[in-house]
Amino acid sequence: MRYTLSETWSGIKSNISMTIAVIVTMWVSLSLFGAGLLAYQQVELMKGGWYDKIEISVFLCNADSTGDNCTPGEDVTEDEKAAIEQTLRENPEVAEVHHETKEEAFEEFQKAFAGTSMEGTVTVEQMQESYRIKLVDPEQYEGVVSAVVGMPGVQAVQDLREVLDRLFEWLGLLQWGTVIASALLLLAASLQIANTIRMAAFARRREIGIMRLVGASNFYIMLPFLLEALISALIGAALACGTLALGMQFLIRQKAQVLIQASPWIGWQHAGLAMGGVAIVAIALAIIPTLVATRRYLRV
Amino acid sequence: MHPLIGGAAALDSGHVIRFQDVTKTYEGQRRAALRNIDVEIEAEEFVFLVGTSGSGKSTFLRLILRELRPSSGSIHVAGRDLNRLPSWKVPGLRRQIGMIFQDFRLLPGKTVYDNVAFALQVIGRPRREIRSKVPETLELVGLGSKGDRMVEELSGGEQQRVAVARAFVNRPPILIADEPTGNLDPATSVGIMKLLDRINRAGTTVLMATHDSTVVDQMRKRVIELDDGELVRDQTKGVYGYQ
Repeated sequence: MRYTLSETWSGIKSNISMTIAVIVTMWVSLSLFGAGLLAYQQVELMKGGWYDKIEISVFLCNADSTGDNCTPGEDVTEDEKAAIEQTLRENPEVAEVHHETKEEAFEEFQKAFAGTSMEGTVTVEQMQESYRIKLVDPEQYEGVVSAVVGMPGVQAVQDLREVLDRLFEWLGLLQWGTVIASALLLLAASLQIANTIRMAAFARRREIGIMRLVGASNFYIMLPFLLEALISALIGAALACGTLALGMQFLIRQKAQVLIQASPWIGWQHAGLAMGGVAIVAIALAIIPTLVATRRYLRV
Repeated sequence: MHPLIGGAAALDSGHVIRFQDVTKTYEGQRRAALRNIDVEIEAEEFVFLVGTSGSGKSTFLRLILRELRPSSGSIHVAGRDLNRLPSWKVPGLRRQIGMIFQDFRLLPGKTVYDNVAFALQVIGRPRREIRSKVPETLELVGLGSKGDRMVEELSGGEQQRVAVARAFVNRPPILIADEPTGNLDPATSVGIMKLLDRINRAGTTVLMATHDSTVVDQMRKRVIELDDGELVRDQTKGVYGYQ
């Protein structure tokens, strides 16, 4: 064991510039990978939070509204309303239907624009009646929208998800971008580890030759290289975890969370998951390239 | 018998190396490097393996070490059927065989003691055992007072003695020497041969590949001769060439 440790140490020392290069590459790529994991969890969290809140709004015609399904100058009739409500309630995708009257809409408007120049610019009569719908599965909104969008008396169907989906599309792109960039960097890191270990094994090929000759086990021969790679990878992983913790504290908890309070934000438990992922990938990235790189020296 | 020798792991009586109809053809080559070799080497024998370069001596030795596998036929070494020996048991086989080379293959930058101790360290022997066996073996090869010297400071003959000590420190039942006197002057060669003879008399089987006719003629041991991959002579108390 003493021999193994001293060999590991001398390997690291004689290869110090390569070891540092490996550590830095591991640090950057694992940080990016961890950030990707955090971003993924954040987007999932936001999807959950926002999808829960949003609903489909079916706006009904009033005297001022224009649209293919409205009779100009007239409010929606009671019959039309009943037909729309029935269609909604019979749809299996619909969990809840709430009818918002003109008065309620007016109150909402007054509340939303209180103290602004918009306050008092509209009357109760100008407001639109609407149905507010919650869905069983927030992802399945198209069926409900298409069921009511052409019905007489429906002025417009507003679905926030259409807006949000575009946002999430961009966020998804960002997620994948991070994952792909970090995968490329991790590939570079693993190749660098393989090269470092190959060089170290080449430098010690005399010793390895004698070890094989006198009957040292493959595991024993490989152990110093494995330890060398593991130490570099774990230092890189520790630095990456530190970077993630700093980012978490200063970017998320002190900036983003304060700035946008409406959105749910990832916490330390999510950061812990990401760091766990970083550690596992770091260990795999140390072991696999080392096994590949030393294989040709260990073939019996 | 030298009082320090002994303790070489005794094998069951009978052969320690047996080739049965062994043929080895290297990949991509039409001519076989060894053809239909049948040979048995008994425990405690001293055997010379002679033949010109390219006659198949190296292939023969590498087959014993299981660095190569035969194309056909079977090889038994130290009670193991090498065709059935899984890779992970190859280190166990090699612990039964001490190996010496023409170019010594010592580790430069290490002392004589460390070079010999290395062979025990890397197979995980306890430090106590190393501390007793290494000086004992250095004493045996006549380097008892030179343990602290760097190997590159030694003469060729002394370096080969270090190599013998390293090969023998684990007391293997088989010692294989590949041209051990090839880089040494005749007087020094005699010293190395005396050392190998002593190790052999203490119960270790010695197989030595050589070009050195003087050495073979002096020793009068069994001679196996390979020529172009075929076994052309197996003679007890032989000499290098036919008389």
